[in-house]
Amino acid sequence: MAKTILTVDDSASIRQMVSFTLKGAGYGVVEAVDGADGLEKAKANDVAMVLTDQNMPKMDGLTLIKSLRAMPKFQSVPILMLTTESGDAMKSQGKAAGATGWLVKPFDPPKLLEVVKKVIG
Amino acid sequence: MSGTDNTTAGDRGGAIDMSQFYRVFFDETAEHLAQMENLLLGIDPAQAGDEELNAIFRAAHSIKGGSGTFGFTDMTEVTHELESLLDKARKHEIVLTIEMVDALLAAGDVLKLQLARHRGEPDVAEPPVAEVCARIRCFVTGAAAPPVVSPAQAEAPQPKRALKIALPAPPGEDTLNKLFDDLGQYGEIEARRIEEGVCTFQFNTAASAQTLNDVFAFFVDPDAVRIEIAAAPAEDPGYGFFTDPAPAAAADPGYGFFVEMPSPPAAQPASPDAVAAPSPGRRASDRAEAERVRAGRRDTDKLVVSAQGDNASIRVGVEKVDQLINQVGELVITQAMLAQSVAKLDPALYQNILTGMSDLERNTRDLQESVMSIRMLPIAFVFNRFPRMARDLAAKLGKQVQLKMEGEATELDKGLIEKIADPLTHLVRNAIDHGIESAGKRIAAGKQEMGTVTLRASHQGGNIVIEVCDDGAGLSRDRILAKARERGLPVSDDMSDHDVWRLIFEAGFSTAEVVTDVSGRGVGMDVVKRNIAELGGTVEIEAATGVGTRIIVRLPLTLAIIDGMSIAVGGNVYIIPLAAVVESLQAASSEVKSVAGGGRVVEVRKEYLPVIALRDVFPTGETAAETTRSIMLVVESDGVKNALLVDELLGQQQVVVKSLETNYRKVPGIAGATIMGDGRVALILDVPALVQMSRH
Repeated sequence: MAKTILTVDDSASIRQMVSFTLKGAGYGVVEAVDGADGLEKAKANDVAMVLTDQNMPKMDGLTLIKSLRAMPKFQSVPILMLTTESGDAMKSQGKAAGATGWLVKPFDPPKLLEVVKKVIG
Repeated sequence: MSGTDNTTAGDRGGAIDMSQFYRVFFDETAEHLAQMENLLLGIDPAQAGDEELNAIFRAAHSIKGGSGTFGFTDMTEVTHELESLLDKARKHEIVLTIEMVDALLAAGDVLKLQLARHRGEPDVAEPPVAEVCARIRCFVTGAAAPPVVSPAQAEAPQPKRALKIALPAPPGEDTLNKLFDDLGQYGEIEARRIEEGVCTFQFNTAASAQTLNDVFAFFVDPDAVRIEIAAAPAEDPGYGFFTDPAPAAAADPGYGFFVEMPSPPAAQPASPDAVAAPSPGRRASDRAEAERVRAGRRDTDKLVVSAQGDNASIRVGVEKVDQLINQVGELVITQAMLAQSVAKLDPALYQNILTGMSDLERNTRDLQESVMSIRMLPIAFVFNRFPRMARDLAAKLGKQVQLKMEGEATELDKGLIEKIADPLTHLVRNAIDHGIESAGKRIAAGKQEMGTVTLRASHQGGNIVIEVCDDGAGLSRDRILAKARERGLPVSDDMSDHDVWRLIFEAGFSTAEVVTDVSGRGVGMDVVKRNIAELGGTVEIEAATGVGTRIIVRLPLTLAIIDGMSIAVGGNVYIIPLAAVVESLQAASSEVKSVAGGGRVVEVRKEYLPVIALRDVFPTGETAAETTRSIMLVVESDGVKNALLVDELLGQQQVVVKSLETNYRKVPGIAGATIMGDGRVALILDVPALVQMSRH
């Protein structure tokens, strides 16, 4: 059974790249264009993992993560933040919000697959 | 499933062709750049709101993310600078000034040039990257004057590397914090330590030595700073997990986990209402899709569905839309032919068919309108370039001008939008350059210092009306008459104002006192008028000396369908655009007079109009029957009336315009062709051209 990954990013080109990469590796992909859309899509789909950007209109990544963690269904689903920096501030904010981990942008397809495989196999 | 995918996943991951995503990235970036420019043009620097600043920051941030992901490092470099400045602004660490906004706008221009290059557009100017980056950087670091950076010294973006830095700790914790803040613009600082007055830290950065020295110079003697490449170059994996027991060397893998990552988690417990397991065949179809996409996308087939909340839209190739419009045009013609045949049937016997035909006509017309509206776009697409242009031009001329726009949502055909841009640009430049006076003159004239140029668009009848108004100096009747006499044009002192203003449209006409490099070489207005006429439109001027000027452009909503009068000449049917027709009349022989030189004129209400015998223009070899009454159509073009002599007036109808040029070749005097209800071809006359031809 293919595992479905929810990818949340307001950039269509990056969503497409992520989607193409993951699908090519046999994962299912659901795309969302911002945090609010991500929340809706998360509720409506059976996702094994969430990848979310930070800076998005309507609802940013950290808020999405907090909202997801408040839902029983998403207590233990791995959520990775896509972030442009790996400094301490990001890490503490992410951890506090309940993220499972982070992936630094820009990343390339092999890196993406490496991380996803580590998380959900 | 994932297990067996490992080898193929790895191969495919490494071999993914990123260029398939470029086009979407380019379009996205263009939108972000446009939004950034709009926001920058609209903010009041001193009172910029948080929402606005954040929005501008996000736009720059998005461009940076995408350009980094897809490898456009030249754009990443510029957006990085933009982002630094904007980040400081939105965190209220600095207050924006007009100079900063100008620098940000300039950076946006550089990004546009870089984007154009990547798109493969020809003849793109060299973007002044180093200059613009330096300009922004000096705002970020607070330097007094931008260091002049010659292209030779331009900093090439470096790959990220880990540096070990040691410097004498400056007195005061504040200074040290500020130093780290500034350095933080260029990379990540780690493992900070201060021992015996020496501060050491690790710094992962892509910035060049020059940049770093500039920063250090503010706080310490740059010579006292020791920089080494870290012994074990930080292999940056680029991710991390928040409770991975990381190896002591704390090399940053580029990702991380906050919690223990168990080995691949157990399969999700199947719940009764679980989504149906995708069939094994699904992977095959995914792979097939990937192959198809990689095998080379056909641009016109690229369908991108982007649901942006409540604004779902689809990108479709223009060729597809044109083909659709063409086919609907054919449908309209076929329906008209069918209607004509059916009209002969006995209504009593064939009532159902006749009712059906009437429904068909209504459906066809609805379909036609819907399809035409696909190509309709708001005129905002053209108007949007003007605020920036006006700002730059006004600044260049040292004038205070504000640009107002009304009716930007008014729609017109995409083809018209592209063609109306140039003439409108000229009109707006004219308004700012020649219309609006300098601040001094305005105040002396009792006006407000700030001049206003207004762009207004609206629908009137079957036309779109675009006005360019200014509250400037208006036109000088005397100067125009003098100039006209100078050029030998036939004028008289008792010409109406309306006729005097129209002289401006004569070729080579300009009464500008000083020819600026903007407009005023006198090649403008006649070209504007010709361009608009080619689109089937008209342009008029209204002016009041000292008060202002108003240019009114009227364009047909679409080029593809027109209302026409059908006439017969020499056994053939021709169509005359209804917009050109003033009236039709039957003239008695006594009213038609010969003129020296071989022409004829007809007297209409005390006016003598030149007669153009279409039989002579389109000879068919038939001799005209002698008639006592001549049927004429009075037409107007360029404000001048002529009378077309025809054999018969047939009727009035809407016709679908087919291009003669694409199907045959350009024929002087003919604007296009159409197929009538009886299946015959009728040529559509180009009235202004005919009038010109008849003069020679």
